[in-house]
Amino acid sequence: MDSLDSIVQEASAAIAAATDNQSLDSVRVAYLGKKGKVTGLLKALGKLPKEERPQAGVEINKAKVRLLDAINLRRDSMADELLQAQLAQETIDVSLPGRQASRGGIHPVTRTMQRIEKFFGGMGFQSVTGPEVETEYYNFEALNIPSHHPARAMHDTFYFKADQLLRTHTSSVQIHTMESQEPPIRIICPGRVYRCDSDLTHTPMFHQVEGLLVDQGVSFADLKGILQVFLQEFFEKDLNVRFRPSYFPFTEPSAEVDIECVMCNGKGCRVCSHTGWLEILGCGLVHPKVLAYSNIDSEKYTGFAFGMGVERLAMLRYGVNDLRLFFDNDLKFLRQFQ
Amino acid sequence: MLFSEKWLREWVNPDCSSEDLVARLTMAGLEVDGINPVAGEFSAVVVGQVVTCDAHPDADKLSVCRVDVNAGEALTIVCGASNVRAGLKVPVATVGAVLPGGHKIKKAKLRGQESFGMLCSEEELGMAESADGLMELPDSAEVGISIREYLALDDQIVDVDLTPNRGDCLSMAGLAREVGVLYSVDVVPPVIDALPPEHDQTFPVQLSAPEHCAHYAGRVIKGVDVQAATPLWMVEKLRRGGIRSIDPVVDVTNYVMLELGQPMHAFDLENLSGQIDVRLASEGEALVLLDGQEITLKDDSLVIADAEKILALAGVMGGQGSGVSESTQDVFLESAYFNPISIAGRARSYGLHTDSSHRFERGVDYNLQVRAIERASALLKQICGGEIGPLVEVTAADQLPQAKPICLRQARVEQLLGFAMPAEQIQDVMLRLGMKVEQSTPGEWQVIAPSYRFDVEIEEDLIEELGRIYGYSNLPTRMPDMKMQVQKISEDSIAAIRIANCLVDRDYQEAITYSFVDPKMQVLLDPEASPLALANPISTELSVMRTTLWAGLLKALQHNQNRQQDRIRFFEMGHRFITSSEGLTEQNVLAGAVTGPRFEESWTGDKQSVDFYDVKGDLEVVLGLAGGVSCQFEAASHPSLHPGQCCAIVKNGQKIGYLGALHPKVQQALSLDGPIYLFELQLSSVLGGAKAGFEEISKFPEVRRDIAVIVDKGVAAGQLMQGVEEVAGELLRNVTLFDVYEGAGLGNGKKSLAMGLTLQHASRTLNDSEVNSLIDSVVSFLKQEFNATLRD
Repeated sequence: MDSLDSIVQEASAAIAAATDNQSLDSVRVAYLGKKGKVTGLLKALGKLPKEERPQAGVEINKAKVRLLDAINLRRDSMADELLQAQLAQETIDVSLPGRQASRGGIHPVTRTMQRIEKFFGGMGFQSVTGPEVETEYYNFEALNIPSHHPARAMHDTFYFKADQLLRTHTSSVQIHTMESQEPPIRIICPGRVYRCDSDLTHTPMFHQVEGLLVDQGVSFADLKGILQVFLQEFFEKDLNVRFRPSYFPFTEPSAEVDIECVMCNGKGCRVCSHTGWLEILGCGLVHPKVLAYSNIDSEKYTGFAFGMGVERLAMLRYGVNDLRLFFDNDLKFLRQFQ
Repeated sequence: MLFSEKWLREWVNPDCSSEDLVARLTMAGLEVDGINPVAGEFSAVVVGQVVTCDAHPDADKLSVCRVDVNAGEALTIVCGASNVRAGLKVPVATVGAVLPGGHKIKKAKLRGQESFGMLCSEEELGMAESADGLMELPDSAEVGISIREYLALDDQIVDVDLTPNRGDCLSMAGLAREVGVLYSVDVVPPVIDALPPEHDQTFPVQLSAPEHCAHYAGRVIKGVDVQAATPLWMVEKLRRGGIRSIDPVVDVTNYVMLELGQPMHAFDLENLSGQIDVRLASEGEALVLLDGQEITLKDDSLVIADAEKILALAGVMGGQGSGVSESTQDVFLESAYFNPISIAGRARSYGLHTDSSHRFERGVDYNLQVRAIERASALLKQICGGEIGPLVEVTAADQLPQAKPICLRQARVEQLLGFAMPAEQIQDVMLRLGMKVEQSTPGEWQVIAPSYRFDVEIEEDLIEELGRIYGYSNLPTRMPDMKMQVQKISEDSIAAIRIANCLVDRDYQEAITYSFVDPKMQVLLDPEASPLALANPISTELSVMRTTLWAGLLKALQHNQNRQQDRIRFFEMGHRFITSSEGLTEQNVLAGAVTGPRFEESWTGDKQSVDFYDVKGDLEVVLGLAGGVSCQFEAASHPSLHPGQCCAIVKNGQKIGYLGALHPKVQQALSLDGPIYLFELQLSSVLGGAKAGFEEISKFPEVRRDIAVIVDKGVAAGQLMQGVEEVAGELLRNVTLFDVYEGAGLGNGKKSLAMGLTLQHASRTLNDSEVNSLIDSVVSFLKQEFNATLRD
């Protein structure tokens, strides 16, 4: 059986030396093929004494299996080497930028309105819109601002002709809604508004979100509650909020709402004129005359309304220092809000 | 309104700091905008008297003065002011003084002359923005005393921004009243007595329009010395109230206005003829105002006239020629009540706004006129001498405001403020505010507002007062307790924000442009429209309402191209304003403007410019968002678009918008780099859709057949493909146009369209012969309809 050992040794060496599938296959044929050396040993079994044959047969078969395994192993490893080489070849620079990865952005004013709408929408306030060209009735009279009221001077209205103007606030949408809907009413009215004023801190067009809730049992406490939570959520800050008496013809009582300055945390800075407070919105309980204009019984129903300037909120939220940037549409500005 | 804190504290003096006072006012609805010292920070400035004043030997404009400051020998001071003269009393900054801004006064040499100090103007002491000479002090000023002490400059000017409803606070009396209520302290008004007449001359007054003027007090004061100097204390109080001293008569009327809130007017008696008549103007009457401006009156304007002419625009401004002048000897004082409605808006309609009109249109106490004229008479006599005549008082009692009782219910207070305010507290606050209060039943009162409160008409006004005095900060805060409401979750439509987000993800930037645009831009883009024009635009560039959002978007493009941005992809959502014979329609539209390279510059090397099909692809995605009916793009023409690259977007047979390249002529006119692709479509028609429906998925294999046909170049591929879909029928799953070729081998004016048809049967495998016959029918259809030949 010396020759089996030496054949196996010789075959193993040949398997290890094979460099490709073809040479490996020649090794297989040379040892395990029909005329192969191991096959030859099996064929020669008959020449052995009868008692030695079974043992020898087992040995030869074992050797055959071992060689087959070795061949398969070698084949796999050669395939693997090939794959490795191919993969190495295919290596790329993963640090290069991806293709066409640019994306636009929503204007910061729209983005701010969306956040406001999301907050109030979640509480059941429906977003409604209305016309921007209005009549005196919807913009003023139905809001308890008669024609010679001094408050009209505060509005710097753009006119087209006598009874046709650009709305100075989105409060006009309240009236359209109250005319067509029975309480309970829960709406917010985002949109463009216009005032004939243009300087460092005023643009002739800006955006407002007006809110209105009319229901039974609505009080000033509810107004304080909802606006305080809104402002804290909007700025994502547990900031101080204060309500000051003020005057709007369409609310009574009326209030101006201040927040602790978000730039200096109320310590006093240029933005808050060193007062620590920022005037942020106006609000109040809906004036009974306004309810009466829309045929809502003010003894049964009460309501609150509030209005806020979107640009002002956006400026404070994002730290924008010049109002006019919002309407220049400079890409270098807009891209900061992607 | 500006007021002096010191003056206020003469009336009411709560034990609190200035900071506390202004904070309390602000929180009571009288918003304090600012608080400023009445003079700058300075030291060692005293009253001095110029003893001698000689010209500087070496400088034309300088004088060398000897100035007595009551500290030993007179000081030599070189001065450049033109009003310096011997005998003048002036503020003197002595050596060592520090003036506002840290300016130190040192011994100096000016053109060879030594100077030991500086004579000061109001500007140099931080008492005025500018001054044209030294501050002249009265002869009575005591030489040597500190100017700060002499002028009582330890005072602050408070700037309170009063809301239009609080006209009652436009005076010291009103502010003091308010402070008295807030701090629960007593108000000490000055004593004003009725003066006994010293002569019996009167001037008749007639109220011809009693509904506009129902109360008028007048008085003749004879022998007034208008050359007298207004006392410094009055000049200073006026200055701190934001009013410049003019002459003693005007100063007195202004002082009474600041003190009591009653605007007054003084006429030169000599210029009056017949009687005073308070009447409405006749349309077209003219009046030259005392500022020299001539106005043409409308018939809704109330005027003060005499028998011959109009003397003043009532409650707004006096006329030239009837007022007090240097030669005036006898004056006629006017103290009237004008109905706020009669004054409101009038001044504004003439482009005027005066301290007087500001007060009258907000409401002046109709019980104040006599008290005010007595006060003014006494002050005038004190300053200018003269003899006081009998008071003429004309009243149309039935036309005066009638204070009506307002019912105040404790339950309503609780309903509105959200807490139960005790009855005693309600009553106490009302009484402190000067209201007459009578309890009708427990928990219910009849309240009458004082005559100075024009803003208290209804129960809610009283409740606001309760909340205000109680303090808004002390009122309860809670979240509304609301019933749940059903929110619709329809799939028939999508929100506009979905479209915005889609465009953003496709690399569009949202823009917001003005709704009013330049008419030149507007006419270039939409020449046939007649846009709505503003009567009072801010500028011509923003004077007409846009009929297309392109006007603003192209301006934004200009802005960015001028700033080295070449790749711009804007969209905007907003209203356009379309006028027609039926009037105005506001349409909410989605618009876009795209230019520059298709992709951002990249190592991948794709440098092509964006083209029509890029933008069309973006729109097709947007139009598909809501599902439902698909849109067609039909070749069309539009005045501002390229005639060969323009299409109308059509949905359900309705034109909903346009897409195309900006016409090169327009592009050139706007100096824009191009090409620029524009779209605009009605937002409402792209938001609505339909919910998706399920269809069984076939288990049987698909068969794909490709065909290429040659057609005339002018054939619209879209139409051809639509035809294929119709002819192929229900077996067709999909047809794709995968190649369009023009050029060699096709012949002039021809193009080749190659398409792949995917066919499938719902319930069995298709066999070759039926596939072939279907393809044959498609080919013969194309031949017949489009004169197409198969390409080999």
